[in-house]
Parts: sequence; structure tokens; C-alpha cells
Amino acid sequence: MSRTDPVPDHPFAPRPGAAGVPQMLARQTSLELRLLLRNGEQLLITLVIPILVLVGVSLVHAVDVGSGRRIDVVTPGVFSLAVLSTAFTSLAIATGFERRYGVLKRLGATPLPRWGLIAAKSATVLVVELGQLLVLAGVASSLGWSPRGSWLELVPLLLVGTAAFSGLGLLMAGTLRAEATLAAANLVWLLLLAGGGIIVPLSRLPAGVAAGLSVLPSAALTEGMRAVLQHGSGLPAGPLVVLAVWALLGVGTASVAFRWE
Amino acid sequence: MRPAYTRSVPAPAVEVIDLVKRYGDLVAVDGLSFEVPAATVTAVLGPNGAGKTSTVECCEGYRRPDRGSVRVLGLDPRRDGHRLRPRVGVMLQQGGIYPTVRAVEMLRHVAGLHAHPLDVDMLVERLGLGATGRTPFRRLSGGQQQRLSLALAVVGRPELVFLDEPTAGLDPQARRATWDLIAQLRTDGVTVVLTTHYLEEAERLADRVLVVDHGRVIAAGSPAELTHREGQGALRFRAPAGLDLASLRAALPDAVTVAESSSGGYEVRGALDPHLVAAVTTWCATHGVMPEGLTLARRSLEDVFLELTGRELR
Repeated sequence: MSRTDPVPDHPFAPRPGAAGVPQMLARQTSLELRLLLRNGEQLLITLVIPILVLVGVSLVHAVDVGSGRRIDVVTPGVFSLAVLSTAFTSLAIATGFERRYGVLKRLGATPLPRWGLIAAKSATVLVVELGQLLVLAGVASSLGWSPRGSWLELVPLLLVGTAAFSGLGLLMAGTLRAEATLAAANLVWLLLLAGGGIIVPLSRLPAGVAAGLSVLPSAALTEGMRAVLQHGSGLPAGPLVVLAVWALLGVGTASVAFRWE
Repeated sequence: MRPAYTRSVPAPAVEVIDLVKRYGDLVAVDGLSFEVPAATVTAVLGPNGAGKTSTVECCEGYRRPDRGSVRVLGLDPRRDGHRLRPRVGVMLQQGGIYPTVRAVEMLRHVAGLHAHPLDVDMLVERLGLGATGRTPFRRLSGGQQQRLSLALAVVGRPELVFLDEPTAGLDPQARRATWDLIAQLRTDGVTVVLTTHYLEEAERLADRVLVVDHGRVIAAGSPAELTHREGQGALRFRAPAGLDLASLRAALPDAVTVAESSSGGYEVRGALDPHLVAAVTTWCATHGVMPEGLTLARRSLEDVFLELTGRELR
């Protein structure tokens, strides 16, 4: 009989122990991904709406997106929208309700440490973003999108942008009631989509407005994406700095203010 | 039978000394002390709002005591939480589970966070969760949700489990399955602390009962000790109406009362012991009276609670 077998007639005989950290992280990430993919509303905001925006804005000439091929202007913006949807709105809503339903409290009694839960959530967000970008890039290509620049240069932009939005999303989820988080996360998403520099390039706006918008994380991420993918320039420092400041503010405040139950 | 588990921790499994927990002006726990010996079942019994959950949550590390000390398996649940979590199973009073997760999926998940978990299939069968299939947690019946929550508390093979109201709202069959599992935990060497406001549950499962009210322990002991402490009880029998009560009374010890509570229904109240029973039946034999339906009724925990607090438990 191997040592892992329970003692006969004593199936519940104590044999406590935590699983290895890599296994715990993999399990938690896998569960979070499955639950997310099962959630229709989350898929709507992370995938369906970005695809509709991509197709709609690039084919219908209702919005002035400035010079250049429409699809080349719109695609980086939709990438940015995808990050906003997943790292901010979807994460905030899911975490807000997990907190409200006591899931975070209950998980706190398992061997999974809190930092492990945050790590699993971050991994989940990054995996979903990767999937979103692949799908959106496929759709954009079929519409004639021809990116310049290097995908590798997007990586730091995506990571810092994701950190910024995740910090803000967790701050919201960890301090507001779940219903308030639901409403606010969707409202902010809508406001940033409409006026956060995602669709219309800042260069098409009056200088004062553009300067104001450029400090928003949505505008910074989008401008960075456009610099790399549309103009083929190197990684732009300005947007990266803006995103890094938001990331520090968001993650820093969330780590102090987050209430687990 | 060899011991199921060799304990590395000296008793007691839980030690609470002079615990105080306040929420603003409300004093939920007011100087509460108790010990839980290892490998026993302790029931914390009391009405809603007695401070049961606050006490347990201080032991689980969720709440910071305002005063007093809490040791769990010899450790401080706030400071040493990361060392305790693999060793302690927790069943919350409600919630704590993703609304969209499936029962077995959640159980496998938590099992996977432990090094030597129980066999999930065994647990699923034992608690009757096999029929839940792909149903999301939020659509399970209350009883299924409760049983899943219990399964999550034990799946990691903990040394100690805290079960907050484990059978609240369960139907009799599910309650029996839960009781059987708790009894098995005890047999297998797991220490169990449960809160309940069901007297039957405490009487049936617990080695030790703590009766808690207004954040204090107002009585503690085994169910037998609690119900026999004052030796109060009633001996009842039926016989022809109009027996000579004065004669019977004279044959019995001083502190005993005798009454014909209904026509032909007699009740002797006092400290029940074999001598009292013998004295009653001897008197009956002497007077040619057959005590039909002779019963001895000891106090229930309900009576104890009523006497201690002047209130009903529920």
C-alpha cells in the first residue's frame, strides 16, 4: 500500500498538506478561465463587442478616424478596447461578485495564498487577452489590415496597460458593492470607448482636448498601439510612462484598500 | 485497531481564553473561554446572535480578537494563517462558492489545492452529490449547497474542521448523511468544532457542548453532564385515579414532588437516581399498584437552555 492511500476504515484520517505552488496556480487559473468562458455576458464584452466595433467602424464611414486606411487606424484601437474589456471591466465585475458571494473569503481558507489568487487572475487576464488579440487580428486581416512594426514591441505596452487596468478594476471590485462595481465598470468602459481616445485618434481632436485625453490609460494604450502597429515607430515613451503611472496608482491603492469580504 | 493518525500536535486543538469581539457598540463575544481536546466533537450551541459565528471566525483567522487569545493547533490563526490553512477545514455558514461552478468541479478544484486530498468520488457518493451533474452552484438546492460546502471543508484531509451550522435547513435524510460523516470524522481522529442551534444535533454528535448566550459560555460539559447536572427529571406512570399521594410522598426523599397531573397520570419530579425509582416501585408494590407505562424523563438540553436563560432556544 502506498502512503497516499487512506488508512482502511479511516478514510478521513488526517493527512494535511498544501499542493505545490505551481499546481495551485495552474488549478486556480484553469478554473477562472473555465468560469469566464462559461459566462455569456463576459464573452459579449470581451469578444463580441470588440469584433462588432472593428467591423463596424472600419466598414462604415460614420466616424472620422483621420488619414490612413481605416482598418489600420481602427485595429490598434480595438486591441486597446479588448484589453480594457478584459483587464478592467470583466475582471472588476467577476471579482466584485466573488467578493460579494464570499468566494474570496472561502478561498482565503484554502492553502492558496492571496498573492496566488491575484497571480492566477493576472494569468487568466493575459491568456484571455492573447486569445482576443489572435481572434481580432484574424478578423482585421480578413478586412485587409496590414500592420507594421514589431509584435514584440507590443508586449511591454500590453503588460503595463494590463497592470494599469487590472489595478483600477481590482480597486473598484475591492471597495464598492458588487452592484455598484457592475454599473461603474460598464459605464467607465462605455465612456472610454466613446471618448477615451480609443476610436478617434488624438491627432483628429483639438489640441486642448487631445492633451487632456492623453493622460487617460485608454488613450495612452491606444496611442502606443497605433505608434507601433500603424506607424511602425518604436515603442513610444510617453504612453508607456502614462500607463506605468496608472499601474502604480491602481495596483498600489488596490493593495491597500482592497477588502476581501 | 491501530490509531488512524499519529498526532504531532499536543492537545488541545483549540484554546480560546477570554475572547472579546466587538462590532462598533455591539459586543458579539464577551469574555469567552473554552478548550477543544483533539479528536473530539465540540458543539457550540446557542440562539442566533449568541456570538457563535464570531467566535468560530476568530478561530479561523477571519476576525481579529479585540481582547483575549486564540490558539489553533498551537498557532495564532491571524499570524500563522499560512501554516494553518492546509491543516484546518472551514465550512462557512453560507456562500463562498462561485455561482456558476459545478459541484464536483469545485470539489476537485479544492482537492487539487491540497497535497493528499480525499478521493473525490467517494466524497461525492457519500454526500449524495452525484446527481448534481452540470448544474451551476446557484441552482443547486439548499441542501446540496450545504453538503458541497461540507465536502469542501474536509476534502483536504484536515486535522481540524470548523463547521458553521452544518445542517441548517437540511431535510432529515441529508441531515443524517451529514451526522454520519461528522461521526466518521471523529472516529478517524479529526477534531470537529461545529455551531448549531439544533439541540438534537448537539446531543447526538458532541462529546462536549458549549452553551453560549450573549457572547458568553453559560454552561459546558458533555450532553449527559449538562442534562444530569442538577439531576432534575421526571418519573411518570399511570395507575388508577385517586392514589394516596401523601403516603407516596412520605415514602420518598425530601426534595421530591409528587402530583397526579391528570386523572390517573402521576408524576414524580426530583433528582432521578436508582434509589428514587426503587422507592417509587416499592411503594407501588406495597400498595398493590401496577405503575403502567413507567418512564423516566431526564432534562433535555432545551430544558437546560430554558433554565439558564429563561428563553427558548429558537
